[in-house]
Amino acid sequence: MWHTYLLNYRSSMARPFDPRLSRFTSATRQYLIAAVATSSVSAVFIVAQAWLLAYIVNAVFLEDSDFSAVWPQVAWLCGVVIARSILAFGSETLAFRAAAKAKSQLRMAALQHAVALGPSALAQYETGELSQLVTRGIDALDTYFARYLPQLFLACIIPVVVAGAALTQDPLTTLILVLTVPLIPVFMILVGWYTRREVDRQWQSLARLSGYFLDIIAGLPTLKVFRRAKAQAATLAEVSKEYRKDTLRVLRVSFLSAMVLELLASLSVAIVAVSIGVRLVEGNMIFQTALFLLILAPEAYLPLRLVGMHYHAATDAIKAMGVLLDLLDTPLPEYQDVSPDYRSAGYRLADVSLAPGQQTVVEGVSLTIPSGRVSALVGPSGCGKSTIIRSLLGFLSPAAGEVELEWPTGRCAVTEIAPGALLDHVGWLPQNPTIVAGTVRENLHLGNADPAMTNAEALERVSLLPPGGDAEGLLNRMVGDGGVGLSLGEQRRLALARVLLRDPQIVLLDEPGASLDPASEAAVAQAIDWLREQGRTVVVVAHRPQLLEHADTVIDVSRFSMATFDETTVLPGLPS
Amino acid sequence: MSATTDVREQKLLIEQTPQHPLRRVFAFSRGLRVRLLLAGILGALALLSSVALMATSAYLISMAALQPPILTLQVAFVGVRAFGIGRGVFRYAERLVGHDAALRTLAGTRLAVYEALARISPSRSAIWRRGDLLNRLVNDVDQLMNLYLRVWLPYLIGLLVSLGSVALVWYFVPTAAIALAVSLAFGGIIVPLLTLLNTRRTTQETAPDLAAMSSETVALVDHAAEMTALGQADTILARIGALDSKLTAQRRRAAKWNGIAIALGALAQGAAVVAAIVAGAAAVTAGELEPHLLAVVVLVPLAAYEAVQVLPNAALAIPEARRSAERILEIVDAPNPTPDPIHPSALPAHLQPGPFRVSDFDVSWRPGRSVISDVSFEVAPGQPLALLGRSGAGKSSILAGLTRLAPASGSVSYAGADLTRLDADDLRSVIGAVPQDSYLFDTTIAENVRLANREADEERVRAALAAVGLNDWLESLPDGENTTVGRLGAQVSGGQKQRIALARILVGDQPVVVVDEPTEYLDASSAEQVLDALFEHCRDRCLVVITHQERDAARCSHRMVLS
Repeated sequence: MWHTYLLNYRSSMARPFDPRLSRFTSATRQYLIAAVATSSVSAVFIVAQAWLLAYIVNAVFLEDSDFSAVWPQVAWLCGVVIARSILAFGSETLAFRAAAKAKSQLRMAALQHAVALGPSALAQYETGELSQLVTRGIDALDTYFARYLPQLFLACIIPVVVAGAALTQDPLTTLILVLTVPLIPVFMILVGWYTRREVDRQWQSLARLSGYFLDIIAGLPTLKVFRRAKAQAATLAEVSKEYRKDTLRVLRVSFLSAMVLELLASLSVAIVAVSIGVRLVEGNMIFQTALFLLILAPEAYLPLRLVGMHYHAATDAIKAMGVLLDLLDTPLPEYQDVSPDYRSAGYRLADVSLAPGQQTVVEGVSLTIPSGRVSALVGPSGCGKSTIIRSLLGFLSPAAGEVELEWPTGRCAVTEIAPGALLDHVGWLPQNPTIVAGTVRENLHLGNADPAMTNAEALERVSLLPPGGDAEGLLNRMVGDGGVGLSLGEQRRLALARVLLRDPQIVLLDEPGASLDPASEAAVAQAIDWLREQGRTVVVVAHRPQLLEHADTVIDVSRFSMATFDETTVLPGLPS
Repeated sequence: MSATTDVREQKLLIEQTPQHPLRRVFAFSRGLRVRLLLAGILGALALLSSVALMATSAYLISMAALQPPILTLQVAFVGVRAFGIGRGVFRYAERLVGHDAALRTLAGTRLAVYEALARISPSRSAIWRRGDLLNRLVNDVDQLMNLYLRVWLPYLIGLLVSLGSVALVWYFVPTAAIALAVSLAFGGIIVPLLTLLNTRRTTQETAPDLAAMSSETVALVDHAAEMTALGQADTILARIGALDSKLTAQRRRAAKWNGIAIALGALAQGAAVVAAIVAGAAAVTAGELEPHLLAVVVLVPLAAYEAVQVLPNAALAIPEARRSAERILEIVDAPNPTPDPIHPSALPAHLQPGPFRVSDFDVSWRPGRSVISDVSFEVAPGQPLALLGRSGAGKSSILAGLTRLAPASGSVSYAGADLTRLDADDLRSVIGAVPQDSYLFDTTIAENVRLANREADEERVRAALAAVGLNDWLESLPDGENTTVGRLGAQVSGGQKQRIALARILVGDQPVVVVDEPTEYLDASSAEQVLDALFEHCRDRCLVVITHQERDAARCSHRMVLS
C-alpha cells in the first residue's frame, strides 16, 4: 500500500479522465451524459435550498414574521430536501449500474484483445498482473464511477452555477469566487510539480526499502538454515525506522498540496464573510442576500475538496484502467494467409537474434531443423534453448533475422502465421506444463476436441498406464490445482500425453527430462521414438545423455549464446 | 436482509470482545492509541474550524445586519479569519501525525509477522511455495494501515465533530440539537451499515462466479502460451463471457441498494437542516432564542455534516481489513512446529571429527503424517553417502528435518554429541545444508554467499565462487561478485542460482553437510565441476547428497535408497 500510496502522489499529475475509456466502453459514454444532467440539476437544488434558508431566517429574524407566515417556504424546503435525496438515489444507482456495465465491457474487450494479440504480447506483463486486473482489479471502477466521476462533474458545474447565482445578487462575491476557485487546481498543480520532483528523488530508495520486507520473508527458510533469521529481525526494525523517516520526509512535502487546497477554500469563505459583513454594517447590502451568499460560498469549494479526496480512491482505478486501455491500444499483428504443408515442414533460422525482455539471449543463430527427424537442442543452462523454442512457436518475434517454416513448395516466417492456425499443427510441451484442477481425463482433453487416438493409447504411450491397465480408473482420478496429487514426473507425462493426443505434425519438447525419475525418462524417450516412426518433426531440449541417444541431430546452442561459458559442451559419446 | 441479520451484523460491527482481530492488531505497536488519538483530535479541530467558521460568519452577518458600530464586530472578524486558516493547518498536522502513527504500526506489525514466520517457517510450506500467498501476506500487513488511516481516524473525527456541533447547537436550541444528533448518527452509523451490508451480500452472491472467473482468467492470461498452443483460448473466453454476464447482472441489481443508502443519507442531512430552522424559528417566536442567533443554529448542521459524509466509504474498508487482520493473526498465533528443547545442552567447544549418525528418523510436516519414517544411516568423515529415491519419496523432507525446519523425531548425533538436545542455531552450526530451492536475496552475489558465514572474507568468498565455476560469468558482469541479484533472482539463471547456493556451503565451517539435488539445472560438465568443489570441501566432513541422479550418487562412497 505504501508503494501505491506514494505512487498516487507521484502520478497525481495523471489525467483525471482518460478519454479512451469512453472510446472503448459505450456504458461510459451514456453515463457521462447522465452525470452532466444530474450534476446540473443538483447544482440548481443547492441554490434553491440556500435561497429558501436565507428567506426563512430573514423573515423570522428581521421581519418578525410569525412562524406560520413562513410555512410555505418550509414546505418548499422539505420538497427540495426530498428531491435532493431522490436525485441522490438516481445518480448513485445510475453510477453503479454504469460501473457494472463498463467493467464488463472493459474486461471482455481486454481479454478478447489479449487473446488476439497472442502470447508474445502478453509476456511483458508480470505473472498474475493482467488476470488480477481484469477480475478484481477493475472493481476499483465502482469507486471511480460512483464517487470520483460524479464529483468531477460537480466540481466543474457547481462553482459555475453558484457563481452565476451569486452574480444576480452581488458581483463582488462572484468576483471573489471567480478569482479563488480556479486558484485551487492551479496551486495544486504547482505544488504537485514541486513535490513530485521531491518524491521522485526519494522514490528509488523507498521502493527498495518496501521490497526488502518481501525479500527477507521469501528467503526465511534460507535465513534459518544459515542462522541469520534472528539477526535479521534487528535489521528489519532498523530498515523500517529508516523507511518511516524517509517516507515522512516525502509526505511532509506531498501533504502541502492538500493544505493549499484546504487553506484556499476556507480562507476564501472567510473573505466572502468579511466582505459581506462590512457591507452589511455600512448598509450597502440586505441581510437576506448576505445569508444567501454565505450559505452558497462553501458549496462552491466543497466539490473541489471532495474531488481531491476521491481522487485518492480513484487512482487505483485509473491505474488499472490505464494498463487495460494501453493493452487495448496495442495494434493487432497482421497475419499472412498461408497454409504450409506441415507434414513435410521443418524450420530454418537465418542469423536470428532473440531478445526476450531487453536482454539479447542468443545472437546469429543459423540452423535448420529437418522435417521428419528428431533434433536435440543442447547447451549449458541459461544459454537460450527455451528462448529458441518460444521463437519456433511464434511466441517471440526475433530481434533480427528470420525464423521460418520451410516445406518443399514454400516457406514463411513463423510470426506471419496466425497463432491459432500454426498451433493446430505444432504441439508444445512447456517446461512447467499447466495441470488444472479436475480429473485426469479433463486434463487430457484440454485442447483436444477431436482426439487422434484413444485416451488409453495416449496414456500408454507415456507409460502412465501399463498395457491393458485400468484406463477408466486413471482417467477419473482427481487432480488438484497445479497438479497436486501427481508427482512432478507424472504431471509432465500427463502433459505429454495431452500433446500426443492432439496429433501435431511438429512437436516441440522443452526439457521433458527435467525432474523425471529414470522410469519417466524412459517413457519420454519411448514417446520420442514413436513420434519419429510416425514421421513427425521433433525438437527436444535436453540435458541428459539418455534422451540425446534418441536424437538424429544434436544442435549445440551455446555457440550462439550471449552468456559466456567455460567451454563448448558437446557431450561425450554423442552423434554430432 | 431480515431484521435479525441486521441486528447480528450491527453487533459484529460494534461489539468488540477482547478477542476481536481488529482490536488485537493494535497490540503490535506501542503508543499507537495515543498517536491516533492525537491525530483524531487534530482532524476534529480542522473540521470544527470550518463549523466554527460558518457559525462565526453567521453570527457576524446577523450582528452586522443590525448595523452596530463596526468596532464591536472586531472579534467576530478576527474569529472568521482565524477559523479560515485553522482548517488547513490542523488538517496538515493531522495527516502528518496520523501517517507517522501508521508507519510506526507498519514497522511493528512487520516485525511481529516476521518473528512469527521465522518461528513457523517453512512449515506452512504453501506460503513459500506459492508466491501469491506470500505477496498477499505482505499486502495484508500494508492493508492494516488502511484500517488506521481510513477507518479508525475518520470515525474518531466524525464522533468528535458530531459531539462538538451538537453541543454548540444544544447551547442555543436543545430540540434542534437532538434532531442534529439523530441525523448525524443516522448518517454516520446506519447509512454506512446499509452500504456495508449491501456490499457484503453482493460479495457473497458473486463470490463463486468471481472465483470461477478468476481461475479461468488465470488459465487464459497467465498460461496464455500453453492455452493457445492447446487451442483453448476461445473456449475459455466464451466461458468467461458467460460468467461475466451473470456477474454484471447481479451487480446491476445490487446498485439499487447503494442508491437507497445514499438517498437516506441525503434525507437525514436535509431533515437536520429543516429541523434546525423549524425548531430555531419556533424558539425565536417563543422568545427562547435571540433572533440574531437563528442563522448560527441553521448553518452549523450544514457544516457539521461533512464529518460523516466520508463514513460510508470508511465502513467499506472494514471487512477487507478484518480479513487481513485474521490472516495475520493466524500466522502470529501459530504454534512453533519445531520447538527447541526447554533446557538445551551447550554446544561442545571442540568437536573432533567423528561419524554423523541418524537413527529411527521420522519427519512429519503435519502431526501423525510421516513423510519419512524409520530412516537410519551413518556417515563417516570423507565417506559421502548418497540418498536416492523416486521423486516424491520424501528426500527433501530429510534435509528439512535434520536442520529442524520440519518437525522430526529420532536420534541425530555427530561425533557422539546428541544434536537433538541443541538449540536450533547451534544445531545448524554443526549441520550445514543447501536446500533444493535456495533463495537468492536482492543484494550482491558476494553478500548472498557471505550469508552462510559472516566471518568469511572477500578472498574466501571469491574462492568459493570460483570453485563452483562462476568465474567467467562474474567477469562478464559489470561489478563482478558485487553485482546485485535482480529481485527474486530474475536476472540469474537456474544453474547460476544453484551454483551460488552451493558456494554458500563452501564458505561455511560446518562439519556435516547435507545437499539436496546439487546438480539440478546443471549440464554434465558443470555438474562435474560443482561436485568436484563440493567433495573437495567435504574431504574431512560428513557429506550427505540427496539426489535422484546416478551421476551424483556414483561419486559417493555409499548409497541408500529411500522407498
